[in-house]
Amino acid sequence: MASIDIKDVRKAYGSVKILHGVDLTIQDGEFVVLVGPSGCGKSTLLRMIAGLEDISAGEIKIGGKRVNELDPKDRDIAMVFQSYALYPHMTVAGNMSYSLRLRKTAKEKIASAISGAAEKLSLTPLMERRPKALSGGQRQRVAMGRAIVRSPKAFLFDEPLSNLDARLREHMRGEIKKLHQDLGATSIYVTHDQIEAMTLADRIVAMNAGIVQQVGSPLDLYDRPANLFVAGFMGSPAMNMFEGTYRATDGAPRVELGQGVTVALAGPASTADGARVTLGIRPEHVVVGKNEPESIPAQIDLVEPTGFGTILHANAFGSDVKAFSLERGLAARGDTVSVSFPVERIHLFDTTTGSRIG
Amino acid sequence: MRSNKRIVATIAHRAAILCYVAFALFPLFWVLKISVTPNDLLYSEGVRLWPSRAVFDHFDFVIRHSDFPLFFRNSMIVSLSTAVIVTILSSLGGYAMSRFSFRGKFWIVGLMLLTQMFPLVMLIAPIFKILSPLGLTNSLSGLVLVYVAFNVPFATFLMQSFFDGIPKDLEEAAMIDGATRFMAFRQIILPLTLPGMAATLGFVFTAAWSELLFALMLISGVDASTFPVGLLSFVSKFSVDFGQMMAAGVLALIPACLFFFFIQRYLVQGLTAGAVKG
Repeated sequence: MASIDIKDVRKAYGSVKILHGVDLTIQDGEFVVLVGPSGCGKSTLLRMIAGLEDISAGEIKIGGKRVNELDPKDRDIAMVFQSYALYPHMTVAGNMSYSLRLRKTAKEKIASAISGAAEKLSLTPLMERRPKALSGGQRQRVAMGRAIVRSPKAFLFDEPLSNLDARLREHMRGEIKKLHQDLGATSIYVTHDQIEAMTLADRIVAMNAGIVQQVGSPLDLYDRPANLFVAGFMGSPAMNMFEGTYRATDGAPRVELGQGVTVALAGPASTADGARVTLGIRPEHVVVGKNEPESIPAQIDLVEPTGFGTILHANAFGSDVKAFSLERGLAARGDTVSVSFPVERIHLFDTTTGSRIG
Repeated sequence: MRSNKRIVATIAHRAAILCYVAFALFPLFWVLKISVTPNDLLYSEGVRLWPSRAVFDHFDFVIRHSDFPLFFRNSMIVSLSTAVIVTILSSLGGYAMSRFSFRGKFWIVGLMLLTQMFPLVMLIAPIFKILSPLGLTNSLSGLVLVYVAFNVPFATFLMQSFFDGIPKDLEEAAMIDGATRFMAFRQIILPLTLPGMAATLGFVFTAAWSELLFALMLISGVDASTFPVGLLSFVSKFSVDFGQMMAAGVLALIPACLFFFFIQRYLVQGLTAGAVKG
């Protein structure tokens, strides 16, 4: 096991810049998830750590040792690919033992290592099969087995669950988390799925357009997103965002949202009176009631029952307000209701810079 | 009703295929027929599907009293060496084309395409001019050299398409597992391209086996003649010995058939895999 230090790492293909200077330290044994939309540079960063992409500038250290110039084989890391990348002409046992055979490990040691890994991943009855004869979930487990047999310094996961159906994905997510708890290995996991990020990570690194947007614990990112991107990316259904004008003249900070609707804030924001701001509130925090004080009249446009809860889309002050409630039958399409935003749940961002201001 | 229609459609489909196969194989049948027809019956019996008396005299003559065993040996040497050399070169070249981006790649691909654009007849004189001072005319190695040069570009494109069909992830996984790029190529990628290599091998082998133009122009002595050139020796000023010529033709088919028999398992797999990437 080892820590990983990433210092001002940049990547450019010709004049196209992919990563604009990433700084990140991953502690020994930590599970870090890189999350972001397609093309944000998260996979590129992972491949640079693995040694599959050159580093245009900056430095990567694994276990305190600079690895910029090292070939992938000399970095002592293991990687699980989205496509699993199992060797089609080798059996499960052959796939799992390949790295050990390359290292000329003794036969008995190889046998005990792969049988241990196979047991951990319930692959024992499949050892003589070829990848072609395995289901998606089994292939996925073989890919994991191939990674764990040689106890590398770090595990890298490149969207390993994207090719699985929803149910299996949920199951494998649990297995990966369990495996990490068992092995305590330093792991970097790339995904665009924020649920995977939330459930697996010790720490999440949210990325967009080649820039790290926020680093923190899952709940940190969820409860106090540093900017509009993180606020919008984390959480499903996504956070409500309303543009408005910040007012603080008479000591009562508030946001004017248009059509005469004003929302009070808990405290002053770090911006000037009259500034354009974006008010954010998560759907599960929107209170839908019949007649509350300070509430905003709204009309229900759409009701989406999920079984687990209900997503209500309401039209208020000319905007679509999403509300999530565990209660069923709260309102029907066409109903007039009132919505209110509890002050302690409101996020405030500068509309131009996108940064959090309150 | 529906099932009747289906049966009719199936029968029509099979009949169409049968017609095509019969049409394609008929010349081969005719070669076989003439090769077993005694000379005295060749012109006297008119057009018949099978002679009233079949003999193997022509085969006997071709094997025991002509230079054909020598032509065969020469053809074998030339075709096999060409096929092996081209397959090795085009595998390496195709891999590079598929996996690396390097300076001048565009121009190299362009040049390779350019070589395929000219009718071979145009190139005979210059090639003779180049090979002659090098002492490579009238020699099997000269012929192999020419065949290799003409087959490598197409074979490289063919191999490239096979490599393109193999996900990059596989060799990246191997490199992370501890292999060098060459080890990943040899242990992971190459075994997966065997069908592609078989297809290339077969394609080049047949091309070299049946090539006549260069063999005729570059080889003048009997010692270095290949079998297609040898076939022409049955044409003399006043007559054509069809029986012997066809017998030799039948014999010449045997190695090609055997070769395809052994690689056909890979060939079908290989050609389809190359056609549909991924």
